Amino acid sequence: MLAFLARRIIIAIPTVILISIFVFSLQHLLPGDPILVMAGEERDPDVIAALREKYRFNDPIPMQYLAWAGNALQGDLGISLRTQQPVLELIGEKLPVTIQLAVMALIIAILIGIPAGVLSAYKKGTWIDWVANIIALSGLSVPNFWLGIMLILLVSVKLGWLPASGYMPLTEDPLQSIRVMIMPAFVLGTAIAATLMRHTRSAMLSVLKSDYVRTARAKGLKERVVLIKHALRNALVPVVTVITLLFGELLAGAVLTEQIFTIPGFGKLVVDAVFNRDYAVVQGIVLCTGIAFIFMNILADAAYRILNPRMSQ
Amino acid sequence: MTAVVDPQAAADPLPPRRRNRAWEKFRRSPSALLGGAIVLFFLIVALLAPLLPVPGPTETDWSAVRKAPSAAHLFGTDEIGRDVLSRMIWGAQASLLAGVVSVLIAVLLGVPLGMLAGYMRGWTDAIISRFTEALLAAPFLILAIALAAFLGPSLTNAMIAIGLSAMPIFIRLARAQTLSVMTEDYVESARAVGIGHLGMIGRYILPNIIPPIIVQATLTIATAIIAEASLSFLGLGQQPPAPSWGAMLNIAKNFLEQAPWMALYPGVAIFLVVLGFNLLGDGLRDALDPRDN
Repeated sequence: MLAFLARRIIIAIPTVILISIFVFSLQHLLPGDPILVMAGEERDPDVIAALREKYRFNDPIPMQYLAWAGNALQGDLGISLRTQQPVLELIGEKLPVTIQLAVMALIIAILIGIPAGVLSAYKKGTWIDWVANIIALSGLSVPNFWLGIMLILLVSVKLGWLPASGYMPLTEDPLQSIRVMIMPAFVLGTAIAATLMRHTRSAMLSVLKSDYVRTARAKGLKERVVLIKHALRNALVPVVTVITLLFGELLAGAVLTEQIFTIPGFGKLVVDAVFNRDYAVVQGIVLCTGIAFIFMNILADAAYRILNPRMSQ
Repeated sequence: MTAVVDPQAAADPLPPRRRNRAWEKFRRSPSALLGGAIVLFFLIVALLAPLLPVPGPTETDWSAVRKAPSAAHLFGTDEIGRDVLSRMIWGAQASLLAGVVSVLIAVLLGVPLGMLAGYMRGWTDAIISRFTEALLAAPFLILAIALAAFLGPSLTNAMIAIGLSAMPIFIRLARAQTLSVMTEDYVESARAVGIGHLGMIGRYILPNIIPPIIVQATLTIATAIIAEASLSFLGLGQQPPAPSWGAMLNIAKNFLEQAPWMALYPGVAIFLVVLGFNLLGDGLRDALDPRDN
């Protein structure tokens, strides 16, 4: 396993370098002098000269990239123009909020998607399967920001059951924190639940046709035992991989969900950065999500090998 | 001994009998037909927008601000007295245009790159594959937001951003399909009779990888429409006063208590058109899947 991980990490290095080149190139898409744009309202010649010096803007572009990448490797992703905080510190501050939202969304998605997928496969061709499929397809087609708006209208405005916005750290008041986050997590989890349902259904369908399930049934085991212990356990192998790979979708969904429910997380940070022309923050976020995504991919491969020992033979 | 296959005959992507069977299968699927009908309906509405008897999408009526749906305004009016139905009809143009154009960008850039990687293999493949992985590593919407932020907010830039973000899917698909077609006997035969690179790609590879690309493109249009609505919702797509469903929802969220209809209808429209493309894509996939024929 260690050799496998080492090999995967080495293969990932060129990809990380390419992502960094891409993120670095973003600033050259800006119209005009990037330093003037990056300096924002600040027109002090000393500040501009310092920025020009820091990012080596008088050097050729490859040298500029090396300087930028060198800083990034040391954890220096620049300073936020708006808050004057280091970008990495800012991301670190907002990340726990988004992680809480994403984890809650994932739990909701698993609780809905996997049982629905199992049921749908078990009852293939019946009205239950049909309804489950329609709900899953609707879950994939509904824009989550609209679902959020409609839930705010119904649950918060009309019924007054849950707050429409806000955030409470989990460490301060866990119950209130979950109460505030449950609606956004549901909104974020919908599309993921639909994806999980479809994957679980198709994995279950192929497992249910297999010989060992037939043997288990022939042995006279209870249907519930066959379904959960024999079929689901094996069907979950590809589903676990899918869950790891859904990370990107969760982060992208969080951008919109946090915007609607005014949650001060990673997603809101990127949108605010875009509107405040805080380009270093946008670049930092793309770089960090890219690297995190590659890490999650490696994790997915590792999980797949652990769950499916035949892979390592 | 390898059987001699007529490369010309074998290269036909879908022989007439299979094409008919695919069409028969598609026709017999109620969900695929429903999807097609929904897409067709929105397409007709978008195309006929200038001819429909509704007020202009930017026409304001200060005596009818935030009026609930009525005979005069079937879907009500917005915060400055514009007709919501009219803005939705014109907004359909922006959504469908964004969906189709961004997927065209993704297909026109992604498919040749993917075919090149699969056909040339070696270093070309390694470089294109690493490039694809790097692009895939940034989540679709975050990449589109970053690009739209640096390119500047507009519908055109949103389409470019969505197209570039969707491109890696097509590079991967075209590469995988090319690699699989390259192992077919008729490609071997074509190579044996000395057909050049361009001839091979244009006559034998491209026609055979088109069906899965059509399926993926249809499904990606659905994703692209949601992405455009998301970008417009964030203020990074279509700019006001031009109508777009996402931008309409962005304003509507501020008037949920006073004018809930402003938020209801544009969302239903996005949902329906995306559902339509998803149903159509699923139907096409089932119809064109050779394993089932």
